[in-house]
Amino acid sequence: MTGEDRFLETIEADDKVEPRDWMPDGYRKTLIRQIAQHAHSEVIGMQPEGNWITRAPTLMRKIILMAKVQDEAGHGLYLYSAAETLGVSRDELQHLLHTGKQKYSSIFNYPTLSWADIGAIGWLVDGAAIVNQIALQQTSYGPYARAMVKICKEESFHARQGYSILLALSRGSEAQRAMMQDAVDRWWWPSLMMFGPPDAESTHTEQSMEWKIKRVTNDELRQRFVDQTVPQGQHLGVTFPDPDLAYDEGTGHWMIGDIDWDEFWAVVKGDGRLNRERIAAKVRAWEGGAWVREAATAYAEKVNLRRTA
Amino acid sequence: MTITATAAPLLKYLVRLADDNVVLGQRLSEYIASAPELEEDLAVANIGLDHIGVAQHLYSYAAEVEGEGRTEDDFAFWRTEREFTNVLLVEQPHEGFGELIARQFLFDAYQLELWEALSLSSDERLAGIAAKALKEARYHLRHTASWVVRLGDGTDESHRRMQDAVGAMWRFTGELFEADDLDRQMAAEGVGVDPTTLREAWTATVDEVLAEATLHRPDDPYQASGGRSGMHSEHLGHLLAEMQWMQRTYPGLQW
Repeated sequence: MTGEDRFLETIEADDKVEPRDWMPDGYRKTLIRQIAQHAHSEVIGMQPEGNWITRAPTLMRKIILMAKVQDEAGHGLYLYSAAETLGVSRDELQHLLHTGKQKYSSIFNYPTLSWADIGAIGWLVDGAAIVNQIALQQTSYGPYARAMVKICKEESFHARQGYSILLALSRGSEAQRAMMQDAVDRWWWPSLMMFGPPDAESTHTEQSMEWKIKRVTNDELRQRFVDQTVPQGQHLGVTFPDPDLAYDEGTGHWMIGDIDWDEFWAVVKGDGRLNRERIAAKVRAWEGGAWVREAATAYAEKVNLRRTA
Repeated sequence: MTITATAAPLLKYLVRLADDNVVLGQRLSEYIASAPELEEDLAVANIGLDHIGVAQHLYSYAAEVEGEGRTEDDFAFWRTEREFTNVLLVEQPHEGFGELIARQFLFDAYQLELWEALSLSSDERLAGIAAKALKEARYHLRHTASWVVRLGDGTDESHRRMQDAVGAMWRFTGELFEADDLDRQMAAEGVGVDPTTLREAWTATVDEVLAEATLHRPDDPYQASGGRSGMHSEHLGHLLAEMQWMQRTYPGLQW
């Protein structure tokens, strides 16, 4: 039996592919790209939320948000480790991010302009991420699937903290309700775009489905998200910024209007509100910390030398 | 809100301890997503969380002692800079990772001794808060001391930067060991500790770590003071303006 046969058999049997197993180059490349993009998203996602940690309205909200952003750093670490099992280093991946050769979720190129945005990110952005990640728990690459199981547990806490922020606003003053509505107006469409282009235009979907890296298509995931989220929004008393949003009795699904894919592609290609700033901040932190990393390496070498001397 | 001059000494004592922690936690929270490595983003956030958590416990207890129905947030968000009684060290901004570590290390070494003493407080509630904080302070100190050593004894550049960073924070360490009437009263009652008694152990810790880091102890004779009586550096007002902005802009709301 060749490596390729074994690989196909593993996929067919819904078993997991493990790091030392033979795998097609395309499979490896696709996974590296996808896991790295996922890791980068966790890390870049710390910026828009970090923007409000220092201004969180109560001490309790502040520590919850800090803990959440800390989780995201942890998720980034996990995912980079999962990618490293495919024979690529974290430093290489970071370099690809810094030079624009790898992407992160476009959602983080939108600014957080009010405290309600922190609620909307938790509810909508993390909510969308969970829908995607629950499906990825079944992905065919073992280390990625296992990382997803752990990450999903923490993400559901994130989504709840976001919803809890909005719930407090919904029960608050007129100014608070207006703040919430404004945030939903700005975050609703971008969160729907998080699932990627429609299936018909998605270049990676078919092969990824065949390899069982991807288990559910973009459009199906988007629909799951819409169906679970619209009733939650009604409970908050917000209006979704989509005049075409309607419940279809026949299918039992909420139907949405047309997504502005021009906006999606513009942000993906680098022309979102904050693409340049997000990467610049990341590069600044990385370069600003070079002396620290160099010192840590130099010190470790000295300790090794002393030990062997 | 104002804490009156005749307020219970315990109330004032709890508030000064809490102020140190909330201000330092706020400083650390500024650093999110700026660390040299993801691992350090995690660690700095973790240390910041611990400090703010301790502040919550202390303010809540202070509010109970006061008995006027105020909350931890009233203490954190509704006092002015002249009413904050934190030491100057914790409000100092950090230019980068080196200064952040220097500030944190010098303060961790102090808090380790402080919490150890307060964990024996005759006030059971304070002793409980201190015992929990003591465990956290041990981790903080282990982490920051190891960085002082690595940066001090790393490269020529890191040695220079770390020496400068320790130098920049040094003049704010004397205040940690000043005792005022409130400290002496609390110590006499067995509730608090006289900070002057913490200096020897702190000096031993700091000297040992600096020596291992090949750094010399700064010899700047000038030592700043005034935080405990509300005479702060210019930095605190800005820190509070940012931290308190939401509460001040939208007063009286639930979040």
